[in-house]
Amino acid sequence: MIKKVAGPLVVAEVEGARKGDLIRLGKKRLIGEVVELRGDLASVQVYEETSGLKVGDEAVNTGSPLSVELAPGMVGAIFDGIQRPLKDIMKASGFFIARGIDVPAVARDKKWSFVPSVKEGDHVGPGDIIGSVQETPLILHKIMVPSGISGKVESINPGAFTIEETIAVVGGKKLSMLQKWPVRKRRAIKEKNPSAVPLVTGQRIIDSFFPIAKGGAACVPGPFGAGKTVIQHQMAKWSDADLIVFVGCGERGNEMTDVLKEFPELKDPKSGRPLLEKTILIANTSNMPIAAREASVYTGAAIAEYFRDMGYNVAMMADSTSRWAEALREMSGRLEEMPGEEGYPAYLGSRLADFYERSGCGKCEGKPEREGSLTIIGSVSPPGGDLSEPVVQNTLRVTKVFWALDEALAHKRHFPSINWLRSYSLYLANLSPYLRKEVAEDIDEVREESLKLLAQEAELEEIVRLVGVESISPKEQLVLFASKMIREDFLYQSAFDPVDQYSSLKKQYHMLKAIKEFFVRASIAIEDGVDLELIKSSSIVEKIAKARFLDDASVAELPGLAASLIGALRSGGRHE
Amino acid sequence: MNRIKISEITGPLMLVEGVSGVSYDELVEIKLKSGDTRLGKVLEISADKALVQVFEGTEGLDIKTVSLAFKGRSLELSVSPDMTGRIFSGLGHPLDGAPELIPTKRLDVNGLPINPYARDYPNDFIQTGISTIDGLNTLSRGQKLPIFSASGLPHSRLAAQIAHQAKVRGKEESFAVVFGAMGITYEEAEFFISGFRRTGAIENSVLYINLASDPAIERIATPRLALTAAEYLAFEEGMHVLVILTDMTNYCESLREVSAARREVPGRRGYPGYLYTDLATLYERAGRIKDQPGSITLIPILTMPDDDKTHPIPDLTGYITEGQIILSRELERKGIYPPIDPLPSLSRLRDKAIGEGRTRDDHASIANQLFASYSRGREVRELVVILGEAALSETDRKYLEFAGAFESDFIGQSENEARTIEETLDLSWRLLRILPREELKRIKSELIEKYENKS
Repeated sequence: MIKKVAGPLVVAEVEGARKGDLIRLGKKRLIGEVVELRGDLASVQVYEETSGLKVGDEAVNTGSPLSVELAPGMVGAIFDGIQRPLKDIMKASGFFIARGIDVPAVARDKKWSFVPSVKEGDHVGPGDIIGSVQETPLILHKIMVPSGISGKVESINPGAFTIEETIAVVGGKKLSMLQKWPVRKRRAIKEKNPSAVPLVTGQRIIDSFFPIAKGGAACVPGPFGAGKTVIQHQMAKWSDADLIVFVGCGERGNEMTDVLKEFPELKDPKSGRPLLEKTILIANTSNMPIAAREASVYTGAAIAEYFRDMGYNVAMMADSTSRWAEALREMSGRLEEMPGEEGYPAYLGSRLADFYERSGCGKCEGKPEREGSLTIIGSVSPPGGDLSEPVVQNTLRVTKVFWALDEALAHKRHFPSINWLRSYSLYLANLSPYLRKEVAEDIDEVREESLKLLAQEAELEEIVRLVGVESISPKEQLVLFASKMIREDFLYQSAFDPVDQYSSLKKQYHMLKAIKEFFVRASIAIEDGVDLELIKSSSIVEKIAKARFLDDASVAELPGLAASLIGALRSGGRHE
Repeated sequence: MNRIKISEITGPLMLVEGVSGVSYDELVEIKLKSGDTRLGKVLEISADKALVQVFEGTEGLDIKTVSLAFKGRSLELSVSPDMTGRIFSGLGHPLDGAPELIPTKRLDVNGLPINPYARDYPNDFIQTGISTIDGLNTLSRGQKLPIFSASGLPHSRLAAQIAHQAKVRGKEESFAVVFGAMGITYEEAEFFISGFRRTGAIENSVLYINLASDPAIERIATPRLALTAAEYLAFEEGMHVLVILTDMTNYCESLREVSAARREVPGRRGYPGYLYTDLATLYERAGRIKDQPGSITLIPILTMPDDDKTHPIPDLTGYITEGQIILSRELERKGIYPPIDPLPSLSRLRDKAIGEGRTRDDHASIANQLFASYSRGREVRELVVILGEAALSETDRKYLEFAGAFESDFIGQSENEARTIEETLDLSWRLLRILPREELKRIKSELIEKYENKS
């Protein structure tokens, strides 16, 4: 029975309540979860708007924790924060989301063609793959034995089944394709390994300067308008992950619409198929109930881990974790807990760490042996762009990649507006063997030289600001010119140009290498007394500037061209 | 009902004891001995106690003689197709002397969240006739684009100009303006109302006015009434509705007042921790719905305390809205109207609303080039302060000239001047001619060939 209602928090007397139990409240049977117990009273955070609830309304314990349903039928769908399918909600309640709607997460009536991969008499255990369903042309949904079940396969049949029908009998237990998993519980991985393969995103500043490994975790903080969401979308569109779970957490409704509208039309760069065939969307927009926002990132993580367990490389984007943290803060305030820094609860850090640690790569549970990974990219929206605030700071403690978005760059419309001096990736050493083998032997050197140039530029600009550009040496002027090339011709990348929006690793390397060759040769030329203006007017400068729009093969010729054109200048200069 | 007893009156709140069957968020009618009635809503219920927020304020209430009626529903707004052309108070009572509306429907002012699946992406270009908006920070139908202003800047004139000039080209569709004023002065309100009357726009407008002298807590309801009216006109009557809410800063202060009275743990600068969520439930009501004729485009106006963009109100607004138009004191001092600073201003939906078939094929490149060049021009201007103009290179001098011309000719325009998008783009080409051609890095050479000498 309900005793108190204060916004999304309800205090009620609930029979046999345990922490984490799902509770149904009032006539509309609103969904809530027990977050605190005190004597006979349970504090329930409610995942729906609570207006209309009364003292004395009933509170019924379902006896099970908040769980996700895992079965074929999830890919391409859009769910709310507690995995209710928004498409079906629209069928049930129209354009606006009414309350207390009960629709199953995954369709019950659809038949899937199941193909067994084990036979009767085989012995199977938790995590073992017993068969598969071609869920979309891109995703082969592997059916795994749920945890806690093992034994001999007594029967298993191919054919068309709904997710609730029995497909096999193992150790006397009937198995269907539908499993449930409590969202707050991490799915175990057999053996975690350090990540050594990059998640290729096609975004030059990311792949070439600050790469993220498959199974890694990254943090993208920035003030509003700096381009967090664009980066998240670009990653979702172009990264070479097998499956994308995109959690829109307390963000704009139109951004989810954008994804929904664009992803069926956009092609996956690897397969050429529509991107939606490898995407799962979770939307708790900023006007949807706050408690469901807190749950949304866990819902996303549980689904992502399930696909990782099949042996896929999964990437999960959470935009924005600040809204999640604020939801945590609001519930904490209503629970009258003692606030920590900036009103956030004292357990903010441990919750964030716990969440990001769900990323990783390694061997999955069960047979056949397979490896999967889960990469988590979380954006943070710090108030006023102040990076010293608790959510950013706690996130940086657990993530290894930091893409610092810079408002000044965004104002100049330099995109992606990632600041090259402040960002970092701690995966460089891990990824180096792979990159040297797959891209080029000197890739690390080219990167380091480029970053060095940019750092020098920052120092020189301070001087130029004081004494003017004419008073620094030609060699220093060359540094400014070359770093401008890196910034404007390499780092600047249009998200809208069909060619420029995605660059392969090789193309990125050749672009950067061409600028490096230009700089090295030009430095020698200047020492030999060649006029800087002559170097600047070389046709290679314009060629490098247009490289963004060229195909891989043409770009591959640029480093050699740069060397010979500028090299020729040197001898020309001497003869004159 | 005589066991109901008011036990406390503090600030805008009233604690009522002995209630039963009261629900969260319920509407309360408060009858004074004098016969006046006020409205309130239930903020919290616990056992037999209810915490009630009184919209018109608790001034003059006493513990003994007032009587309360719990209405069993939330605050509702009467709507009807006849509501256009009318002026109401911040709580929905007629202010124009005409009789109360005969409602065809009563709608809960809190509304319901639009299902993200049901949304349609805003990509219909709205021509406001203002170059800095149309050319650089384009507004789309269904977008929420706030104006960040500060005290003394002409945000009202700009908002009125947008309201009068905005149109989607090539289409004749029914159009309405819903205006919600929270705590603005009589003069400001009068400016809008007389402007609407002068242009005849009043026929298609609904106004909800809470003046600075009206009860502060009422301001919490006003934007909800305005948006409920907009939702009705847009999604039931199929109209394209432009909603202007001014001034959101006053709204947030009222919210803070209630929060403080409830002794909630304050967030930044004393504003409640749920300010983001609260603002989002307002702003997110803008949008378009699939296969529905109407739309809601929202322009909230807020004044940044001390011109500070990182203050919680502009900060949280910027995180929710799809961009922002920022007014600059520096431009205002130079006598430039509208003083929109294009660099920190942004329209997130621009790129989907412009280009071939929508505006013109050169639009995106032009906009990027103008941003980059003007930004460079401003940097050069800073250099001049330190080094003097003589130390500049030839190119930098051109940038300096460009920045000046851009401010006076492109940003600056008159209050009655409605430029078409072609005029804005042609003007851009003329201005870019000041710069050496090799500096136009953001524009593909084909486009330069095509347009350079045409305009």
